[in-house]
Amino acid sequence: MVENILSAKNIVKRYASHTALDNVTLEIPTQSIFGLLGPNGAGKTSLIRIINQITGPDSGELFFEGEKLTQKHVEQIGYLPEERGLYKKMEVGEQALYLAQLKGMKKAEAKKKLKEWFAKFEIDAWWNKKVEELSKGMQQKVQFIVTVLHEPKLLILDEPFSGFDPINANIIKNEILHLKKQGSTILFSTHNMGSVEELCDNIALINKSKSILDGSVKDIRKQYKSNTFELEFTGNMMGFTNAMWSGAELIEHTTEGELNKVKVKLLGKTTSNELLQAIIPVAQIHLFKELIPSMNDIFISKVNEGNEIGTQSNFTE
Amino acid sequence: MNKILLIIKREYLSRVKKKSFIIMTILGPILMAGIGIVPIYLSLQKTEKQKIEVIDESYLFSYKDKDGNRKGLIPEKDIVHYDYPEISIQDARANFYATGYDAILYIPKVVLNGGQNGINIFYKKQLSSSVLAYIEENISKMIFNAMLATNHVDVNFIKDAKDKSTFTLKTIQVDEEGKDKDTNIAVSIGIGLVSAFLIYFFIFMYGVQVMRGVMEEKTSRIVEVILSSVKPFQLMMGKIVGVAMVGLTQFLLWVIFTTTLYSVASVTILKNIDIKQIQQKEQVIKIGADLNYSEMKQNQQPNEMADFWNNFKKVNLVEILLCFLFYFLAGYLMYSALFAAVGAAVDSEADTQQFMMPITIPLILSFVLAQTIIQNPSSSMAFWFSIIPFTSPIIMMVRLPFGVPAWEIALSMSLLILGFIFTTWLAARIYRTGILMYGKKITWKELGKWLFYRA
Repeated sequence: MVENILSAKNIVKRYASHTALDNVTLEIPTQSIFGLLGPNGAGKTSLIRIINQITGPDSGELFFEGEKLTQKHVEQIGYLPEERGLYKKMEVGEQALYLAQLKGMKKAEAKKKLKEWFAKFEIDAWWNKKVEELSKGMQQKVQFIVTVLHEPKLLILDEPFSGFDPINANIIKNEILHLKKQGSTILFSTHNMGSVEELCDNIALINKSKSILDGSVKDIRKQYKSNTFELEFTGNMMGFTNAMWSGAELIEHTTEGELNKVKVKLLGKTTSNELLQAIIPVAQIHLFKELIPSMNDIFISKVNEGNEIGTQSNFTE
Repeated sequence: MNKILLIIKREYLSRVKKKSFIIMTILGPILMAGIGIVPIYLSLQKTEKQKIEVIDESYLFSYKDKDGNRKGLIPEKDIVHYDYPEISIQDARANFYATGYDAILYIPKVVLNGGQNGINIFYKKQLSSSVLAYIEENISKMIFNAMLATNHVDVNFIKDAKDKSTFTLKTIQVDEEGKDKDTNIAVSIGIGLVSAFLIYFFIFMYGVQVMRGVMEEKTSRIVEVILSSVKPFQLMMGKIVGVAMVGLTQFLLWVIFTTTLYSVASVTILKNIDIKQIQQKEQVIKIGADLNYSEMKQNQQPNEMADFWNNFKKVNLVEILLCFLFYFLAGYLMYSALFAAVGAAVDSEADTQQFMMPITIPLILSFVLAQTIIQNPSSSMAFWFSIIPFTSPIIMMVRLPFGVPAWEIALSMSLLILGFIFTTWLAARIYRTGILMYGKKITWKELGKWLFYRA
């Protein structure tokens, strides 16, 4: 198995008035879920279209399983665009068959697999209905099936959960995880940071046409932690501040009756154990927890940094 | 290649299965056959016999027999019946509604030497134009005869002179080898105009269908999914070819249905009234009181029908049919590529107007020009417009039945193929950018930029 299913090297895409992608490089490891993040207009869709060979880059190279990406690879890629639709006047089954055949499947095989998926999603009854008779959510289900039907090695999902109710979103999420287990790689573009933390192994953050952050979600969150701890204790607040003195800095303090809630940031080489040792004599501790930044925080902080607004990020969990 | 076939198949089947296609396919021939049959059928409908009271003060159209009863001389037929009562016009008018007459024909004393303008007809309900024409013609001929008689001119001499002086100019085209080509202008005009109209109609109708199809894909956003499987050019060409096949299918079905309908109709509706009968009917109308010019025509008319068919056969039908198919397809391909580009460039039907204009102008222009060029099919204007690709599909079809040198046809066809390649190249560049561009007001300048984007 090739380590990276897809490598994009130094991709540049320019339009008449602006640069959509500026020297973007990324590696998508095989059999992982890769999150492609970035604010609106950052260049995500441009990059996805280039991977799908809908448009071509002005410069840079793409490799699919180590081979140069060519038209023959489209059959190993499944793509669910963010803005998606179907032929309204066409029947569901007929349409799904058509789209599957365009991906290179044989008609009989496509029909058999479609029947299986329709049964799995309990939508057999829709086969002969016209698309315009289905609700938006129903259409999304059909689109999802069409995207994964040909068992692509690389699945590109752009905001896959939009338009689904929580129950159906959960069904789709489980399908995505199941597909990964079976060997697929998923490139996943979303604004929903909760689902990134939950699903993604690796991410790349694109802002203003540039890739500004990439790596595994675990590493990134570790890298961005700022030695901040949350504490809840009863006892004298003055004693507490004296005790931590030069080892840590108080960021936030609130009280709830007897209970003091504080956030502190460790300074220098102070460890969490040293802090605890210092305060145990003066305070009764109820909670002690390290604050790890969420992807949401990292996203906002990195994008703002890039935009040079430079607002202080607010780490909360 | 396999994928483009899939696209063609979908485009074709999804249209052919539509109700509107089936309705048009059935309705078209009925309308076309109707245009041919209805006028003939209507002309054979019997008009109710009109009872007319003739007040003849001139005694040119009636006489008193030995019993003192007035007898009429105006020829009657199944549409009119005359009575010649011995009353004054004032009395006749006063009692008009008490009688069962439909009209009063009043002929004053002086009708010769310009007095015929005093002849009036009074009616209750509007008389049909065929009745009026019949009365007019008969009376006019009777006055004519009376004038000849009063001036002692031999009626037979006049008839003879007419017979011998009337002729139809025969047109003979001489080709380059000095051989005579017998042609009939009426047949050529007919074939030219009909085929030009058909090409105009099909390019327009199916070009717009291509544009709508492209817009449907764009606005429903299915296009991005399809483009992740096929190249934009494949999708565009698949649609254009698919729709062309729909057009050919419809045309073929029309030809088959129209022919069937026409032959069925001529067997059933027109069974008892064959062409000869129609002709006789026309002749009867034209037969005058005494002087029968129409006798001459009577002998000639069946020949004219035969002549028409002979001339129809003389025109090189195979050549025209092959050229028709070529210009039909190539013209459609050239224009539909542009229609596809317009569909890709805009977000809604309302925005298509400004981009449609430059496409429709040459089409409409050539259709308008066709009617002038048919009068003078070998003028230099006719030549140039039948060479320029944008007008050639229509204008060349107008000229073809009159005979066009082979080199001109070859030049026109080659240029049309080049034109088709050019518009397709142009359209493909606009298409591939436009189809994925949403929510942007597109200007001509913007379209120009798209031509130079890299795919």
